[in-house]
Amino acid sequence: MSTLEIAAATQAKTTGSPGASARRPSSRRLGLAGWLLPIALAALWELLVRAGIANGRLMPPPSVVGRTLWGLAASGELLTHVTATLWRVAAGFGLGAGVGTVLGALTGALPVARGLLDPTLQALRAIPSIAWVPLFILWFGIFEASKVALIAVGVFFPVYLGVAAAIQGIDRRIVEVGRVFRLGRLAMVRRVLLPAILPAWFTSLRSGLGLGFMFVVAAEIMGASEGLGYLLVDGQQLGRPDTIIAAIISFAVLGKLADGLLLAITRPFLAWQDLGRDTL
Amino acid sequence: MLSFETLSKTYADGTRALSAITASVAAGEILALVGGSGCGKTTLLRLIAGLDRPSAGRILLDGEAILEPRADVGVIFQEPRLFPWLSVADNVAFGLSHLSAFEREGLVTNALVRVGLAGYEKRWPRELSGGQQQRIAIARALITRPKLLLMDEPFSALDATTRASLHGHLLALWEESRPTVVMVTHDVEEAVTLADRIIVMQPKPGRIFDELDNPLARPRDRLSPAFEASKREVLRTLDRSLRDEEPQQHKTAETAGMWW
Repeated sequence: MSTLEIAAATQAKTTGSPGASARRPSSRRLGLAGWLLPIALAALWELLVRAGIANGRLMPPPSVVGRTLWGLAASGELLTHVTATLWRVAAGFGLGAGVGTVLGALTGALPVARGLLDPTLQALRAIPSIAWVPLFILWFGIFEASKVALIAVGVFFPVYLGVAAAIQGIDRRIVEVGRVFRLGRLAMVRRVLLPAILPAWFTSLRSGLGLGFMFVVAAEIMGASEGLGYLLVDGQQLGRPDTIIAAIISFAVLGKLADGLLLAITRPFLAWQDLGRDTL
Repeated sequence: MLSFETLSKTYADGTRALSAITASVAAGEILALVGGSGCGKTTLLRLIAGLDRPSAGRILLDGEAILEPRADVGVIFQEPRLFPWLSVADNVAFGLSHLSAFEREGLVTNALVRVGLAGYEKRWPRELSGGQQQRIAIARALITRPKLLLMDEPFSALDATTRASLHGHLLALWEESRPTVVMVTHDVEEAVTLADRIIVMQPKPGRIFDELDNPLARPRDRLSPAFEASKREVLRTLDRSLRDEEPQQHKTAETAGMWW
């Protein structure tokens, strides 16, 4: 989803603002250019199916997908699925991001905690998260709890790593300025450490959110009675590729909207950063 | 008054950065520390700032030992070290959080005028040039009216013109409240321009080689023969300090060679 954008933004940040701001208008034009290919392909496919050259059964044309999507929306079914999915992502993201932030802060700030916790967490990270599913189902049942737990695990690691790295990467020289001004422990955290890690924390939250959407699909495919992931499976079992594509499109839109929302919430806190960041 | 009593600092790896420094600085005096690299100038400054603890001896400011950073001691580092997430005004006002917003605003406006950056309150540090950022750092350190101001090669990263204009700004600010100033520099001309007294230091271990009084009256004319004479004297002393050091270096090289 946004990994590339984040990488590009980081690059823009490190290369400095002049280049980034000079590149902005052209990158916007290129952004519009990006629509050309998918629209052209969709139109071509629509034409081929209508002309009877291609059979649209396995790959339905845009008009059919659109009709399906509209039907789902009109019946209120789509809203039920979207709500279920969003609720799971929100719960899992909140849990994973919360625990990830706290543990990341601990291991980043306290060498003792790093020595105790980090090796174990790194080892756990090596386990493909989907491998937890059977265990989580045994532990938490097949309903919501196991799904939320899986999503939380997925969100946890990028946030944990991001926060720990950000804290360890804080410029010691700027902390020294805090010492010169005799900031107490709390004031040091509030006035120096927190603002210093904010950008990296927000970036880790964004990648965490992206993974949250990835894992909600996995969780819902493996057994759910509602949710967009369920819609995917349902479409497969009923032989309705249009339903599957409608669900995929909904996922894409939701993911993009959630990411945009997170970005909009965090942007005011990062106004001080390089202008290149604005295009993120 | 600021005084050092047989001050020593040995780092954990055994490096003797400072050895038995004894000196004193009168209130309102500007003292420059010059010397070759590794002579402990910056270490001494960090000890006075309370950022590091001495291994032996003590530092007294008006009779009180300095063990940690103090409210009445301001520090200007080699780099501006501004907080990138704070506006220029908030950076300057960083040490004034105990005052009301209204009082802060007045002081900040005033301080920015003094460093020639009036109207820059709402800018971000990244929008400023290196010289402007360093001026903000000077304003940030002086706005709390410190009794003692410490500067670690504050102008070394700047070009000659900017440096000269900052010297002017600094002296103007110093005139206002006459804090005691201890500055580290490797630029002899800078030392002669600003300081009342110049301490030449010598490395391995860091110690005082010589002290020179700078009798020039302010304002100082860099082109006057008296200025030239002072500068030459400092340079000569500095040269001597480096020459004296050579045999010793040679010796250590020799012993190191024998060890091999």
